[in-house]
Amino acid sequence: MSFRGRAIPASEAMRADYVRPIDFRHGRVDMTHGGGGRAMAQLIDELFVRAFDNEWLRQANDQAAFRVPGGRMVMATDSHVVSPLFFPGGDIGCLSVHGTINDVAMAGAVPLNLAAGFILEEGFPLADLKRIVESMAAAAMEAGVPVVTGDTKVVEQGKGDGVFITTTGVGVVPAGVEISGDRARPGDRILVSGTLGDHGVAIMSLRENLEFETTIRSDTAALHRLVAAMVAAVPGIRCLRDPTRGGLATTLNEFARQSRCGMVIAEDRIPVAAGVRAACEFLGLDPLYVANEGKLVAIAPPEDADALLAVMRAHPQGRDAAMVGEVIADPHHFVQMDTSFGGRRVVDWLTGEQLPRIC
Amino acid sequence: MKYIDEFRDGERARVLAAAIAREARADRRYNLMEFCGGHTHAISRYGLADLLPPAIRMIHGPGCPVCVLPIGRIDSAIELSRRPGLVLCTYADTMRVPASGGLSLLQAKARGGDIRMVYSSADALRIAREHPDRDVVFFAIGFETTTPPTAVVVKQAAAERLANFSVFCNHVLTPAAITAILESKEVREFGTVPLDGFIGPAHVSTVIGSRPYEYFAEEYRRPVVIAGFEPLDVMQAILMLVRQLNEGRAEVENEFTRAVTRDGNGKAQALVADVFELRRSFEWRGLGEVAYSALRIRERYAPFDAEARYGIVYRPVPDHKACECGAILRGVKTPAQCKVFGTACTPDHPLGSCMVSAEGACAAHYTYGRFKGAAVVAAPAAPA
Repeated sequence: MSFRGRAIPASEAMRADYVRPIDFRHGRVDMTHGGGGRAMAQLIDELFVRAFDNEWLRQANDQAAFRVPGGRMVMATDSHVVSPLFFPGGDIGCLSVHGTINDVAMAGAVPLNLAAGFILEEGFPLADLKRIVESMAAAAMEAGVPVVTGDTKVVEQGKGDGVFITTTGVGVVPAGVEISGDRARPGDRILVSGTLGDHGVAIMSLRENLEFETTIRSDTAALHRLVAAMVAAVPGIRCLRDPTRGGLATTLNEFARQSRCGMVIAEDRIPVAAGVRAACEFLGLDPLYVANEGKLVAIAPPEDADALLAVMRAHPQGRDAAMVGEVIADPHHFVQMDTSFGGRRVVDWLTGEQLPRIC
Repeated sequence: MKYIDEFRDGERARVLAAAIAREARADRRYNLMEFCGGHTHAISRYGLADLLPPAIRMIHGPGCPVCVLPIGRIDSAIELSRRPGLVLCTYADTMRVPASGGLSLLQAKARGGDIRMVYSSADALRIAREHPDRDVVFFAIGFETTTPPTAVVVKQAAAERLANFSVFCNHVLTPAAITAILESKEVREFGTVPLDGFIGPAHVSTVIGSRPYEYFAEEYRRPVVIAGFEPLDVMQAILMLVRQLNEGRAEVENEFTRAVTRDGNGKAQALVADVFELRRSFEWRGLGEVAYSALRIRERYAPFDAEARYGIVYRPVPDHKACECGAILRGVKTPAQCKVFGTACTPDHPLGSCMVSAEGACAAHYTYGRFKGAAVVAAPAAPA
């Protein structure tokens, strides 16, 4: 069959090309958005490609091909399942960009590109999805690390929690930089880049049953520029890590185990914002175990520590940086803390989740 | 932080420590029991033992709500949670207490039970209001501190005629537990647990006042000093106990005057008396059956009593054979004297209840005290 002999009226030609725009105000995710058909293609075009806009996404391939400078490559992946999705200081979108950039940067690497995978729950408001994706795009733009490829899946209602985002990042380590959690040596100094516990407390202030008013905002931020400044000044940094879940206590226990040594920190040198301290006090939590999303822990040789601290404090993301302790020889690989009270105690691995005490 | 930092001041701690060291006689021992888990936690967390002279020995008491909860009671709660459509609400620590068959409420939740952690009894009531089609049970545990809030929600539920809300009451009484310890064979007959004085509860005493302890001081000739949960409170209380013992006094003294009066909180006491009555007997982990040591919901509030409503029958279950929680809760053994401490029994895989809560003697010792004997190096000086 053909349309030969019959002129198609202009109005009909327009109708054939016409696709009704997605209703980002009142629409909701449905199963077709993950079905591989036209609805999915439209969502990708109108939301993801538009927000993340870059040459690789525009090519519309299933992968992104890009050139990398020579040297060692770093790759990191991180899944984000935060609840609530929107919190003071950020949302799951920018968090998923910052988190993976930080994981790449903590090898001392310059992050290059990101990939993003979305698992959407049927019924999730498209307005919220748009807000999340735009927040991701803004975070990626601000960081100068584009999202060059991605994937979307939809699960039935009740089988997800709104939206889960997995991001993967790649980066390249400058020559001469050798940062790893197993390189701490007795005598090394332990530094943190700022106040601890802000993210965890901001999230908790919104949790069901727990709503309390606070001016604390999540510290979610991409730290690669701070890391670049630190690595440039002190290429001999031994360990770097962002103390996310489990907080400073967990990161130090990881370093101690990897490096087969002990750590001693001093309670009165650990920066904690007054509001975070107060919230932890009444929730029965220990700020050492509360999550951060825009802070890092660094371990450096003693002779470099002062210079490193000065570089950190000169950077806007390290204004409140502090030297909090020292690596020691310890066959038990304990992390210990001199309390401001005058005693000394173990800062142990977290048991399960931090649960509040009853009395 | 105001009203907190004052009580955690290291300088003052050193002054107090010096006073204790000066006044504690070297020719005698001071065996002091801190009844409350809150004190145990403070002692471990701030390393108070390091600041005390060797003559003073702290014995951890049974005042940790989840530690004294017997397995049978958790089993009943898990059984409740298996009823279709039922929502079981409880305080956080309770979730991890080991029950029969390797289960805990946390694991029962993973197996499909709708078990929710709440921060207050009022949250449980709210869940009941929001889900009129679901039966909501509040698994109430704790000493006199947590009892008045439970009384409040029972009364509210009655006033609102909430048909889907009830309370599984497991509230226990501090004075009865202290009596049980003082009457125990180890203390009274064998003398294997020398017990010279008590640091009395902080939060519990804000409710019941200091008067109930006068009987122990008088009848058993043991001094009691009620103390707050901050480290300086505990140090001050230790000094006060040392002085009483040196002077041969056995009185109730109140260090926690900023919150505790002799008569306590009359309003809270009236609420509790209205809703609850004494149980003839109640099983405690470690102490066994203790007469008149717990509360149950009065007949007039029976519709809100989960035990009556669901016909819960208590079945005692023995502790794990190797577990020494019982002896530890009575002060007979220290955590380190338990064979499974730190090996088969750790905070991640607790065999006994003392390893569960941060207030439990074993968990506190495991978490904060294990470093004894490890190399000690001073932290670096702060950069200028």
